[in-house]
Amino acid sequence: MVEDRALGLAWLARAPDDFRARLRQAAAAGEGCGPALRRLAQYRLDALQLGHLAAALRAAGPDARKDLTPLRLALLSDATTGHVAQALIGSGLRHGLALEVTEAPYATAAQALAQDSALSAAELDVVVVALGARALPPWPEDPTDTAQAADWLQRTLAHFRQIVTAQQRAGRQVLVQTVVRPPERLQGSLERRLPGSPLRLTAALNDALETLPGAILFDAAALAETVGLEAWHEPVGWYTAKVPFAPALLPRYADALARTLAGIRGLARKCLVLDLDNTLWGGCVGDDGRDGLVLGQGDPLGEAFLEVQRTALALRRRGVLLAVCSKNDPELAREAFATHPEMLLRPEHISAFVANWDPKPDNLRSIAAELSIGLDSLVLLDDNPAERGLVRSALPDVAVPELGADPAGFPLQLLEAGYFDVPTLSLEDRVRAEQYANEAQRRDRQQELGELDAYLRSLRMVLTVRLFTAVDRGRIAQLINKSNQFNLTTRRRTEAEVQRIETSGELVGLSFRLADDFGDSGLIGVVICRRAGGGLWEIDTWLMSCRVLGRRVEEGMLAELARLALAERAVALAGSYLPTPRNGLVRDHYARLGFSCAGDRTDGATHWRLDLAGWSAPDLPYVIERPA
Amino acid sequence: MPVSPETLQALETVFRDCFDNDALVLTPDLTAADVPGWDSLRHVLLMVAVEQRFGIRFGTQELAGLKNVGDLLGLIATKQKG
Repeated sequence: MVEDRALGLAWLARAPDDFRARLRQAAAAGEGCGPALRRLAQYRLDALQLGHLAAALRAAGPDARKDLTPLRLALLSDATTGHVAQALIGSGLRHGLALEVTEAPYATAAQALAQDSALSAAELDVVVVALGARALPPWPEDPTDTAQAADWLQRTLAHFRQIVTAQQRAGRQVLVQTVVRPPERLQGSLERRLPGSPLRLTAALNDALETLPGAILFDAAALAETVGLEAWHEPVGWYTAKVPFAPALLPRYADALARTLAGIRGLARKCLVLDLDNTLWGGCVGDDGRDGLVLGQGDPLGEAFLEVQRTALALRRRGVLLAVCSKNDPELAREAFATHPEMLLRPEHISAFVANWDPKPDNLRSIAAELSIGLDSLVLLDDNPAERGLVRSALPDVAVPELGADPAGFPLQLLEAGYFDVPTLSLEDRVRAEQYANEAQRRDRQQELGELDAYLRSLRMVLTVRLFTAVDRGRIAQLINKSNQFNLTTRRRTEAEVQRIETSGELVGLSFRLADDFGDSGLIGVVICRRAGGGLWEIDTWLMSCRVLGRRVEEGMLAELARLALAERAVALAGSYLPTPRNGLVRDHYARLGFSCAGDRTDGATHWRLDLAGWSAPDLPYVIERPA
Repeated sequence: MPVSPETLQALETVFRDCFDNDALVLTPDLTAADVPGWDSLRHVLLMVAVEQRFGIRFGTQELAGLKNVGDLLGLIATKQKG
């Protein structure tokens, strides 16, 4: 059998040597085999074993799926998809999913645009867009050229956007896989400095994928980083069989992807149940007493246990419930938990605290009942292999990660298992997804009409400009604090500071809204200008939502700013570009608007000036409204 | 290149796990055509399993040159020696 270590998946128990015999036994149960197959999926299985499991599920027929959550998906990739499909179906069982996979391999980014006939006919719930770096447009000729880099990013992002919206129009949820960068670096440390290097461009692209309308990200790039790019990439496999990454990583990849799909179906777990002795602290409080426990700075083991507690606390901040389940004297356990000076976790962090001498499975059942959640929402973190084994066999729905002997490894093992991974955080994101759906319809028009202005005119866009008012304050502050890419100076302000601009004599704040035939994009642009004296207006802040890129909105923003400045007899506008790792997009913003460069600094900051005498606004394909 | 009985048995186990067939017997002239389920997709995983079982790595040209199980056994023996 395969080397266990090579597989990773350290949180899963080692597969039994007679796995295939057990699989045959489970499959013999016929249509009742669903739960048995799911139990077998809980082991650390290699790609071949996952394939056998997938075959057993297929052979068992539709009734085997009745205890599982069905999901029909397509794998759209530039690589071979057969291995991933099989490993994914097997791994899906681990997470309670009955997956049906349609494969669309060997697509280039451009080909993936056109709906493949197999894909367009299929009834699908989710499309996974899994493109490798080889599928992207060729890297820019000159990696030092920021304009070429920005152009590559816009074009590549447009490819992804088109694929995503085409699938969304067909009513499917889209899961976009981040691109794993090639491991080869042409000139070592220099690559990170060059805006057009593969290293920088894949990072910029992956960040920008976040802005895709309603798409959910599957972060393969982060996974590849975790296992190491040298372990991930397998050129021999690519050249011989277009295999996307080292086949030894199939189980790891498939588990992560299956988990993401489970998250989309709402199957992420909700509660971390913590053992106490040798899980949250070193020693047993019953034997060593509270003061004999190992916990705290200055001791290697004590620091390791602190990190376990820190991890639990961090998960709680993300919305995961915490519970305690310990075989202990109840008073001793509670007292130590509440009063040990080094504890990071305290009773107020724990939603259900159970310490007694009863068997853990009984306690877990009562914890689930007390919190009104299912057993399948629980994860038990317990250092004791005997307790883990007992809970796994008594309560197969509870997730029990395997833990190494050393608590130093607990946090990573728990987190890499991804039990609590969710695709999006908030209701806000879901509302935004609806706005993005409108955006998808707009892009359909773009393909029909072709030329940009004609298309923009057909949208009947209305750009509404207002001075800062109380009503817009919250949204203005949000844009100021969240915009990273289309943001010239990245100056953050509190809501109180935004409020002061409303009545300031020195600062002028303008907010811009955009609406069109397909809907209201809301507030999408902010400009803050300082009346600097001597007829000069200095642009302190200029930012825009990436959702309205490519609509000539920034030209309208300039037109309004200039109109206001001219009305006060200003003679020039001055602006700066302060570079950050994320705003390379706007390096040439002022140049594109007709400003002249007035100087630059060694850190890449540039200064610009527009003389207003003789300047006039261009014809814009939309209406600007200025309510009083 | 002589192949040890241990190597042959180990390889046979890899094949049996790969094809889920405990009755499978390896002979030097066995090819993909003789084994149900031995398609190009499965072949990739089979070669990875062989690499992992014997702690060796196959190169692009080496993989292309394999015609039957005999070739594979020979290649394994060479790599184990070197």
